[in-house]
Amino acid sequence: MKNTTIFGALDPELVERVSRRGAVEQSGKMAGALAIASMPVAFGLLAKSAFAQGTTLPANIITVLNFALTLEYLEDDFYQMGLDSGVIPAGDLGIFTPISTHEAAHVALLTSTIMTGGGTPALKPTFDFTAGGIVPDPFTDYPTFQALSQGFEDTGVRAYKGQAGALMSNDSILTVALQIHSVEARHASAVRRLRGEKGWITGNANTLPAQFAAIYAGEEAGAGVTTPASGEAFDEPLTMDQVNAIAAPFIVA
Amino acid sequence: MPTRSNQGEAELNFLDRLARTTGRRTFLHWAGLTIGVVALGCGDDDDDDGGTGPGTDVNLGTGDTGVLNYAYALEQLEAAFYTQVVASFYAGAPAAEQTMLTDIKNHEVIHRDFFKAALGAAAIADLTVTFASVNLADRTSVLSAARTFEDLGVSAYNGAGQLLTVPANLVTAGRIVSVEARHAAAIRDLITADSFAGSDVINAQGLDVVRTPTAVLQAADPFITTTINASGLPTA
Repeated sequence: MKNTTIFGALDPELVERVSRRGAVEQSGKMAGALAIASMPVAFGLLAKSAFAQGTTLPANIITVLNFALTLEYLEDDFYQMGLDSGVIPAGDLGIFTPISTHEAAHVALLTSTIMTGGGTPALKPTFDFTAGGIVPDPFTDYPTFQALSQGFEDTGVRAYKGQAGALMSNDSILTVALQIHSVEARHASAVRRLRGEKGWITGNANTLPAQFAAIYAGEEAGAGVTTPASGEAFDEPLTMDQVNAIAAPFIVA
Repeated sequence: MPTRSNQGEAELNFLDRLARTTGRRTFLHWAGLTIGVVALGCGDDDDDDGGTGPGTDVNLGTGDTGVLNYAYALEQLEAAFYTQVVASFYAGAPAAEQTMLTDIKNHEVIHRDFFKAALGAAAIADLTVTFASVNLADRTSVLSAARTFEDLGVSAYNGAGQLLTVPANLVTAGRIVSVEARHAAAIRDLITADSFAGSDVINAQGLDVVRTPTAVLQAADPFITTTINASGLPTA
């Protein structure tokens, strides 16, 4: 019954997708045969919490984890909708399929970790990937999809970086956050290069619509940054408020 | 229990294999090993403890300073590697690859110099490094080594974060590690399309690799002639 209680709150669609796309399918044992009743077990195997059971996490860490979870929800939904829409050419599925898989896994891991830590996972918001009409056709116009992808990944890198300090009291959680952080950076590098850009950020250059300039604001500054090359050599953090402001146009409720 | 020289030989063999193959299974196998070595290095260089010139033993120190010196050592290694790569590109290197590798070289030199300046008098001496095991004239050899260094660097910073106690130092490490991850992704894609976040480095939970300083320095040891004493580093 404990499993039912813990995992009952999870988005069944997410559980299904994590199970379908993750290691369970690769094992070949359960593919296509996942009954609803077995999903909590599969989910539990895949989404081990980031730390030991029985530890109650302080409120400030739960807050950070829910902040991260919300960003991961956004990315996960975005890529799933992108994959479902057919906007991604077959030749680029090798980029976006693994990215989608990773974001779904991050949602699962963060959800599990928050629950294990005695917190309540944030509910998934309703997203508007047109950002209120700024980008009208993200799932029919591939360049728009790519641009949003880059923006979400580069924002994710800055968002995790900005929260690292708040996680210093818990080594396990901090390390997991860093492990996600570098994955987001790998994603960002791949998508940027797909768009014909460098994998790293030069100055505060924003090749997305001008309304998204905040994603790169401040990247041109920071300790040790004096030249274009040194601007590339260091990625800069964003605060939670800055990230929330960037994400706000995509969140309806 | 292998002798030290055998162990060093095994590492060399491992890195050689890693450099010659995609190394997926080997890499995973190796990543799961725990070898309880504290003192590092092959002992094949001079033993001039206390010296500060290049080539002498270095002690990373303790606390945050030790961790930053650890990062500085890795940045020295990367900067030296790419400096050699860029000084004489492998035959037929396309312009785009030359640009990319030059960018990365610049970033690593900047990281190295940043740490040196930040550490000031506490900075370790310049390391003596060797890339004898890399064929700098061969694209595959160069890119394989680059991938090793970048993925290793990412895992090193991911493991070092929890060892730091001063928030500003964690921010510094964070400002650098994501750039290393961007590098790693770019290099990996040059070797194999769409391997930027391959399953050899990203697990089923969507997490990148973490390594302890001991594991990282063992992997880097064949490329670093200077004996590095990491015994003062924090372990948690």
